[in-house]
Amino acid sequence: MKRTAISLWALSFLFLFSCSNEKKLPIFGERSVKIVKGADGIDRIDTVYKTVPDFKFLNQDSVYITQDDFKGKIYVTDFFFTSCSTICPVMHRNLKEIYEKFKSNPEIMFLSHTIDFKYDKPSVLKKYAQKLGVDTKKWEFVYGDKESVYTLAEKDYLVAVKEDSSATDGYIHQGWLVLVDKHRRLRGAYDGTKTEEVAKLEKDIATLLTEKE
Amino acid sequence: MRKYILAITFSLMIGSFVLSCQSEDQIEQAKYLTGGKDLYKTHCQNCHGENGEGLGQLAPPLTDSVFLANHKQKLACYIKNGLSDTITVNGVKYDGKMPGFKQLNDIDIAKLIVYITNSFGHKQGMYKYEQVSADLQNCK
Repeated sequence: MKRTAISLWALSFLFLFSCSNEKKLPIFGERSVKIVKGADGIDRIDTVYKTVPDFKFLNQDSVYITQDDFKGKIYVTDFFFTSCSTICPVMHRNLKEIYEKFKSNPEIMFLSHTIDFKYDKPSVLKKYAQKLGVDTKKWEFVYGDKESVYTLAEKDYLVAVKEDSSATDGYIHQGWLVLVDKHRRLRGAYDGTKTEEVAKLEKDIATLLTEKE
Repeated sequence: MRKYILAITFSLMIGSFVLSCQSEDQIEQAKYLTGGKDLYKTHCQNCHGENGEGLGQLAPPLTDSVFLANHKQKLACYIKNGLSDTITVNGVKYDGKMPGFKQLNDIDIAKLIVYITNSFGHKQGMYKYEQVSADLQNCK
């Protein structure tokens, strides 16, 4: 009897460990292949994933920040503007909840780009961040010229943004929250206006955190 | 057993009589409330939140009963024309800008006011749509 019990236990442990079906997030964007020479001198095929290019923007403290400030970090990024009264408030309400949850985790950062290059100067962004209650080094609000911000949005983070005088606040844009991994690769995009998508973002951040290098 | 069933049926009957005896005013207010809830979702919830909690210091909460009661005649103006004055709600100063909702007509504004002033812990009663045009004339 005792023996059966022990073997049952052993069996269940076996099951437990065999079930390490690790969930992995997809990697988005175009990819290409590269031939690399291994240490043994044999050619191997390596996949090159799309990565976010270098950038340089002024943050809410009028300090230049670059990709180096996000080195080795997972970050969530989005495009907004401070006078936006349509989707931005709800996006940032939801993103703030994620921020609060990962506040003490040094591996996670947040990066919001303004698309209102006319009005949202760093001082305006500073005020906005303070009022939202997230004015810390962990959440950067950045300002850049139209060309560089809009190109980065559309070509690299795959978020549509546009100046449009017929829109309610003068701009149209998508409310994606984009998840970027430690190797500057796109790993997910979530509609920041929907609570269920934001809940998924939170789960995916946790998954990404456990990913091995 | 039979006695119990009779008693329960009887009290249910009395109960339904009482409940069906809502006054016309109450029915009208309930109509305003349900309409107001949908309008709130579409136009207000983004900034002021599902439960009127506001958003940081960007958008004030709608939970300050005293503020609402004191500014009841101004609420129609705020909704229609927006607001850029500095206001104090729940003891906190807000100096942001609220956009106006010019497209809303009087009945929609009245429904919103009834919904806001009778939700989030408030119970400030009816506000008829006739009042809207009167209040809008006094916007500064």
